[in-house]
Amino acid sequence: MTFPVLRGTAYTLVHTPDILVHEGKLQEEEMRNSPDSDYLKAIPDHLRTFKDVVGYGPNQAYIGNIHPRDLNDVEKPWYEHPLKDASTEGKFGSIMDEDMFFGCMKAVDMFDLVVLEKSFQDKIAKKMNDDPVIGKYWVTLDKVTDNPGKMDDIKSLIADKAAKPLYLHGELVGCVKRAHEFDAALTADVMFENLVSKASAAYVLAELFAKTELTPEGVDYLIECSEEGCGDMFQRAGGNFAKSIGEICGCVNATGSDTRSFCAGPAHSMVEASALVQAGVYSNVVVLAGGSSAKLGMNGKDHVKKDQPLLEDCLGAFAIHVGENDGKSPVIRTDIVGKHKIGSGAAPQAIMQAIVADPLESAGMTIKDVDVFSAEMQNPEITVPAGAGDIPTANYKMIAALGIMKKVFARDELNQVVEKIGMPGFVPTQGHIPSGVPFLGHALEMIENGDIHRTMIIGKGSLFLGRLTNLFDGISFIVEANDGHVGDDSIDKDTVRQMIAESMRKFADSLK
Amino acid sequence: MDLENQQRIKDLAEKYGKDDLVVVLGGGEAEACGLAAETVSTGDPTFAGPLAGVQLGLSAYHMFELKDEVDPAVYEEQISMMEMVLDKDAIIKEVQEYRA
Repeated sequence: MTFPVLRGTAYTLVHTPDILVHEGKLQEEEMRNSPDSDYLKAIPDHLRTFKDVVGYGPNQAYIGNIHPRDLNDVEKPWYEHPLKDASTEGKFGSIMDEDMFFGCMKAVDMFDLVVLEKSFQDKIAKKMNDDPVIGKYWVTLDKVTDNPGKMDDIKSLIADKAAKPLYLHGELVGCVKRAHEFDAALTADVMFENLVSKASAAYVLAELFAKTELTPEGVDYLIECSEEGCGDMFQRAGGNFAKSIGEICGCVNATGSDTRSFCAGPAHSMVEASALVQAGVYSNVVVLAGGSSAKLGMNGKDHVKKDQPLLEDCLGAFAIHVGENDGKSPVIRTDIVGKHKIGSGAAPQAIMQAIVADPLESAGMTIKDVDVFSAEMQNPEITVPAGAGDIPTANYKMIAALGIMKKVFARDELNQVVEKIGMPGFVPTQGHIPSGVPFLGHALEMIENGDIHRTMIIGKGSLFLGRLTNLFDGISFIVEANDGHVGDDSIDKDTVRQMIAESMRKFADSLK
Repeated sequence: MDLENQQRIKDLAEKYGKDDLVVVLGGGEAEACGLAAETVSTGDPTFAGPLAGVQLGLSAYHMFELKDEVDPAVYEEQISMMEMVLDKDAIIKEVQEYRA
């Protein structure tokens, strides 16, 4: 059996403090229900600058400039100890500023819904053309110079036509219009979220082309796995983000579709991509997702209460290339996939058994055979003050405890195991974004350098949020070093016939 | 505590009365468990949900405290791993505080 491989990855962050203030769902609700609240008044003093965001250790780990484990050497709180050598450019991607992102939203908008004020639009159009990533790979860049807006028109669109304002440093620079007068699936609110997701995903796809050998024309299939939904009132969330994103980057030979399973979406998508490549249906599949504006500042009240900055101020995005076995890149073991079955049960123990222990045991392995695990990699500086605890550490402890119960480790080894198989959380709480896959860039590098042999990527999803089921979701897959064996070992019928004929001929000769 | 759960507990308390009702928590973090215990006893401290300003006076117990009440085989299968993982003592201490 020849396995598909992990060919390349790209990761983007977009610093969006004004979107946090005006479009983050928590803040929006607060403005509607308690416009004079102390929380809203405290927000401006708790926003970070772009420089703060670039220097923030976890963000540098996300774009590949440091390893997540390097965060162990950064003094806490990390937001008070910026990295000296921080850069907007990373090995795996980059950190974008909010002004250019508004230009990106306009350049990916096919229905003239994004209106930017003329002087702002002119400035941003130049910046976008000069950008080495989108300037080279986006085929719809000319859209950013279309239909410049007048400030009076923008104000009346907001006041009279329910458009959503676009602010930069608190100043109005444009708006996003609704896509239909009365369709609840096409309101300005929904279109804003979808365009944010699409624009950030299209940027990270361009980063993937810029950072790896993959070309836009070389992509056969795109799987988009965010938590947004696009469609109209007759087919809400009918899709298709994937093709709309591929179109921006000129992926003319690709088709695609969207996969959804809350935070487990990316891991499901990786398994699907691997299966499509291994089956020979497609040679090059990209799994990708953009960020979520709704989740910006989601735990803001707790952060302000603890007088720490609003750390949920970045959109996250990733793109991962799964390709045919090249004999070098790490393989994705499609024969060791862990799944939380409908009948698995919802207790944490049952979940970990299903997605971690069962697949390993079926392959004759134990938890000890995996060098590093990557589950929910949320940054603990965001989640601990909000009462959700250190999620990555909790997952590592569960895996270690499962190993102790199975007598793979001794009872007093728990903390050592956690340190050995884990790493600090380094990813913004953007739902699907921190779910296992942010480690793939580092994993690819570590496996190719011989630092580790095997990693398990775990996606977990809270399906109850959709109010259709109380079932949990989880899926895992293994990535490991390529043994260089590319060919298919299986023997086809013709070969068997030839072998039998050869043997019979030899036998006949021996009778002569 | 989740606003829908607050409403559910409020409805159950009205239906059964506080003498025949305890709240069993399964949270993994001491502070969050304490908040939940506080919400069902003296009211929602965040003043966001249906239990804001409502003193149900219910007693809350964490599942770790009820080990002796359940089948040991079920406890072993469902809870024992998390007993190793979570800060059991801190959680129990926090929850107990609101039963005093």
